[in-house]
Amino acid sequence: MIRALLSDDLPRSRVLTLVLLGIVLCLALAPFLFPGVRTVDTAARICIFIVLVASYDLLIGFTGIVSFAHTMFFGFGAYGVAFGLIHLDRSFWAMGLGAAGGALTAACVAIVIGLFSLRVRAIFFAMITLAVASAVAVLFSQLSSITGGEDGLTFKLPRVLGPAFKFGTETLDGRLFGVRLNGKLLAYYLVFFSAVLLFLGLLRLVNSPFGRVLKAIRENEFRAEAIGYPVIQYRVAASCISAITAACAGALYAIWLRYVGPETTLSMEIMINVLLMVVIGGMGTLYGAIVGAAVFVLAQNYLRNLMGAAATLMQDIPILPQFLSADRWLLWLGVLFVLSVYFFPSGVVGRLRRS
Amino acid sequence: MSSTLLRTQDLTARFGGHVAVDGVSCAFAAGALTAIIGPNGAGKTTYFDLISGQVNASTGRVFLGGRDISRMPVAARARAGIGRAFQLTNLFPNLSVMENLRLVAQSKSKRRACIWSMASRHRTLIEAAEQALEQVQLKDQRFQKISELSHGDQRKLEVAMLMTLDPLVYMFDEPTAGMSMDEAPVVLDLIAALKQRRDRTILLVEHKMDVIRALADRIIVLNNGCLAADGAPAEVMESDIVQEAYIGRGLEGALNEL
Ligand SMILES: Nc1ncnc2c1ncn2[C@@H]1O[C@H](COP(=O)(O)OP(=O)(O)OP(=O)(O)O)[C@@H](O)[C@H]1O
Ligand SMILES: [Mg+2]
Repeated sequence: MIRALLSDDLPRSRVLTLVLLGIVLCLALAPFLFPGVRTVDTAARICIFIVLVASYDLLIGFTGIVSFAHTMFFGFGAYGVAFGLIHLDRSFWAMGLGAAGGALTAACVAIVIGLFSLRVRAIFFAMITLAVASAVAVLFSQLSSITGGEDGLTFKLPRVLGPAFKFGTETLDGRLFGVRLNGKLLAYYLVFFSAVLLFLGLLRLVNSPFGRVLKAIRENEFRAEAIGYPVIQYRVAASCISAITAACAGALYAIWLRYVGPETTLSMEIMINVLLMVVIGGMGTLYGAIVGAAVFVLAQNYLRNLMGAAATLMQDIPILPQFLSADRWLLWLGVLFVLSVYFFPSGVVGRLRRS
Repeated sequence: MSSTLLRTQDLTARFGGHVAVDGVSCAFAAGALTAIIGPNGAGKTTYFDLISGQVNASTGRVFLGGRDISRMPVAARARAGIGRAFQLTNLFPNLSVMENLRLVAQSKSKRRACIWSMASRHRTLIEAAEQALEQVQLKDQRFQKISELSHGDQRKLEVAMLMTLDPLVYMFDEPTAGMSMDEAPVVLDLIAALKQRRDRTILLVEHKMDVIRALADRIIVLNNGCLAADGAPAEVMESDIVQEAYIGRGLEGALNEL
């Protein structure tokens, strides 16, 4: 059963299994283990980024394609949900339709980009994606009448997912283990279970016959072609599936934030973060996405506090507090990144699997 | 006389000003093994490249069973029945021996691009790979990565890949080059056994005369990209062109080896 769920691709390392179990359990029980707006928000972001990073790993790690348009597809999904909920109505139906529309757009754009540029060299594909992604980001921030421009769009979710919706008030007194049973809790679990499904779907994909061909193409495209696999078609298909999954992650992000804007969904900064997460976790492992996203989002959210605390602790020592000042958190994130690449060139997962 | 399986018509490959293969017209019958000989740089490998599609013909055509495949991409030709073992070993370096062969078996399967089943559970593909491993005696190395394999074993695997693909047209490009004395017979026996398949045709580029004598039904000689001789082995070996351009050099080579 578990083997089938994980598509016969077990973590293959005891430490890694424990780490993954720990992360997944924390995410599954986050609203109960760490009640608090900020912690649950962090958990939801981790779930969403796991999917986004895993879908990127499908490209960079399994197929050997470098793309800079991944956040664009993420954005399509997010804006799709926003358009659905704003222009249709405030229902699950509209939300799903919006997400599907975003995913479809992502698929079409990925196919077009792929057919135009995957024939040529990989570097050309990277450049095209960069150009298209930048153009789309500008377009979305200019078309204020449709996309809300730089300010983005806020919208209302179906009532059931809003904080005002309460359930279990009669039977459980509206609480379970002290946690309020409301729409926000439901929204978290919608995000969590969707992320689990998407991740397991990707895991199945990379362990399917199709996924094996992708690996073969990454290893030696010339030979893959010679034994009968049309390389371009496989690459385009992979980039299309990856785009669709990214759009789904974007849809979840919009649902969680109840907001979309160019800064949160389309920016190059997110693209770079995704790249960092893939590298930290380990390319071509998929499980790396879980570790990478968890480490990175946690660092992003809590490194500042941690450093602030450390700086206060060391108040009396000269110079040190200045290095640890909360404003330097980005520097330390950089240091963390360099260290992790230095010590785990194949990512945390690659490292754990080897030892 | 059995029917023609593969035919090239006026096939030419031009690289800039250099003509590597120059208007070669030749037909290959099913059930026969044709040895292709010629000095280094004669265009033998390029001739294979033209047939399997890695190099596009400057002019001329390739027919497989009467069908013009000259415009088909490499993968489509492979699926149509053109298979090839490369002169320079060309495998999937970070995958296991087993997985290399499994991928070839998968390429022939109906569910080759299935995205929702588990590759690890397609028993028939794994069995096909196992069988090929057995044929070339690489069973013990099945879980090793290619990059950990000895050169001779990599050459054997190169042949096993082609055997697993089981195409209509088998093209071997110096299959035993770089193999030790006790490794080569495994491969040569496989090729000999392959000759029993009456619906296949085999093209073999080879420098070793004893191998050619043992296996070839026919020899063609390429020289400077041109078809210089074509006929039964005894006939061709006696011809002036081979005596001059090839045997002399081959003997010299043989002497050097001693
Ligand atoms: N892609 C290419 N671009 C330019 N020249 C090429 C290319 N491929 C082959 N050639 C040239 O074509 C000629 C024929 O080469 P080919 O490899 O077909 O010879 P060969 O008969 O296989 O030789 P060998 O016995 O050494 O394997 C050589 O002069 C080679 O330099
Ligand atoms: Mg050659």
